[in-house]
Amino acid sequence: MAERKKETAVVISQEQLADGIFSMWIKTQASGTARPGQFMSVYTNDAGKLLPRPISICEIDSKKEALRLVYRVTGKGTGTEQFAGLGAGDPVPVIGPLGNGFPTEKAEGKKVFLIGGGIGVPPILELAKGLACKKKQIVVGYRDAHTFLKEEFERNGELYISTEDGSVGTKGNVLDAIREHSLDADIIYACGPTPMLRAIKEYAEENNIVCYISLEERMACGIGACLGCVCQTKERDSHSNVHNRRICKDGPVFLATEVEI
Amino acid sequence: MNMKVTIAGVEWKNPVTVASGTFGSGAEFAEFADLNKLGAVTTKGVANVPWPGNPTPRVAEVYGGMMNAIGLQNPGIDLFCERDIPFLRQYDTKIIVNVCGKSTEDYCEVAERLAGEDVDMLEINISCPNVKEGGIAFGQNPRAAEDITRAVKRYAKQPVIMKLSPNVTDIAEMAKAVEAGGADAVSLINTLTGMKIDIHRRTFALANQTGGVSGPAIHPIAVRMVYQAALAVKVPIIGMGGIASAEDAIEMMLAGASAVSVGTANFHNPAVTMEIVSGIEEYLRQNRIEDVRELIGAVRP
Repeated sequence: MAERKKETAVVISQEQLADGIFSMWIKTQASGTARPGQFMSVYTNDAGKLLPRPISICEIDSKKEALRLVYRVTGKGTGTEQFAGLGAGDPVPVIGPLGNGFPTEKAEGKKVFLIGGGIGVPPILELAKGLACKKKQIVVGYRDAHTFLKEEFERNGELYISTEDGSVGTKGNVLDAIREHSLDADIIYACGPTPMLRAIKEYAEENNIVCYISLEERMACGIGACLGCVCQTKERDSHSNVHNRRICKDGPVFLATEVEI
Repeated sequence: MNMKVTIAGVEWKNPVTVASGTFGSGAEFAEFADLNKLGAVTTKGVANVPWPGNPTPRVAEVYGGMMNAIGLQNPGIDLFCERDIPFLRQYDTKIIVNVCGKSTEDYCEVAERLAGEDVDMLEINISCPNVKEGGIAFGQNPRAAEDITRAVKRYAKQPVIMKLSPNVTDIAEMAKAVEAGGADAVSLINTLTGMKIDIHRRTFALANQTGGVSGPAIHPIAVRMVYQAALAVKVPIIGMGGIASAEDAIEMMLAGASAVSVGTANFHNPAVTMEIVSGIEEYLRQNRIEDVRELIGAVRP
């Protein structure tokens, strides 16, 4: 009856990639079925912080039964700060994989943009690694020269970088980088902050490009029951019966034209 | 050893249900927990028509708990009857439908609609702090609470549980009011109104500005209020508020609850209800208590 459960994963390694950005490999059964674009609910070992932190999956190594989570420490005394303090061998309670993931099959034979911004960059890596397509153009945006995961991206496609301060690549955002290099695509997969996704959604509509975006919202249950993390939809959703869909369960990846952001 | 309890004439296999709004209609949790092992499933509130709920962010964590202002998003009674009741009926558990509304007529319409449906009990939510109309407007005034109870009772075929708000000065008075209105049982507590401010963005953590605080942090308040209500009324009480373990559930029963609801703890561990049921059994065994009902209201001055 109850075929899924909260699992105690084990930390394999922990590494700081940039200011406030950490990379943690964990050993978990979730690696067996995880797909790019899905996320893990990660729990702290502090009973006072009882909600899970939804963290996107950056890499999947099913042979080693491992997942890589790259995350931002969101402040002093936060759950993510506790995660950053975990070392090899430490237990970390998780539920996952959760969410739908990117529809990778849509990329077949297509020219693709894989776009990531800020802490939306990590899930783009696993997507880039496995994607079968005609042309793989990875466009990632950072604040500054802390261009974490850059080497991994270079090995997995044509890489274009934008930084807000102009220290690396195009000065500005990911769309500025696309324009500067006169790039074009038939399909877009994107993950990042809402203002970036809003701009990409608009760009995709103007240029008639199929576009999938991965949304973020404060979550409680992570499994679709509490209705904490909804997004607004253009059409009435068949499950909610209103113009709302659940980001944790129906998403986090949506066709950009279906959602109002 | 007996784990059965009878609430307003309805026999549950054990005294554990879930708090409305934390469990949907059970479908999502069925992957993690065996719904057959619950005394009852209490559904998310349902209204006469679909409600879109509040803008996001709708949830925030606070130490020892969380806050929510979902705003009673629900698919409306038609889809609920068509989809959620048949789903729950596959399981050997009682079905408690939580009902929300903006006016007395709304509540009565849903109660009337459910009269012909295969559900076991109704829980009337007059205590949601997160919607402007209805809900709490009935839950903070004894006269209004009594009146709406009486009105709903005219339409309801199933036993009616009135769900009370802790955001009142005198919980005993509220419990007595709904009992006078004909309530078959009461449940308490709903969430406590709170506020969280994000100091980095320097604005409210929730789009609704205020939200309902739940989780272990509010447990002692819930125990106190269940105790006070139990001394005031004869109808059975379903106790809730921060129950996260068998120990918390037992404490609530000793205070006077005939059954308990587990809410926010489901988000920390979706199988927590299974552990609570077996933990209560273990406690009875260790203390050589033959019948779980011996716990109900066993602590008195």
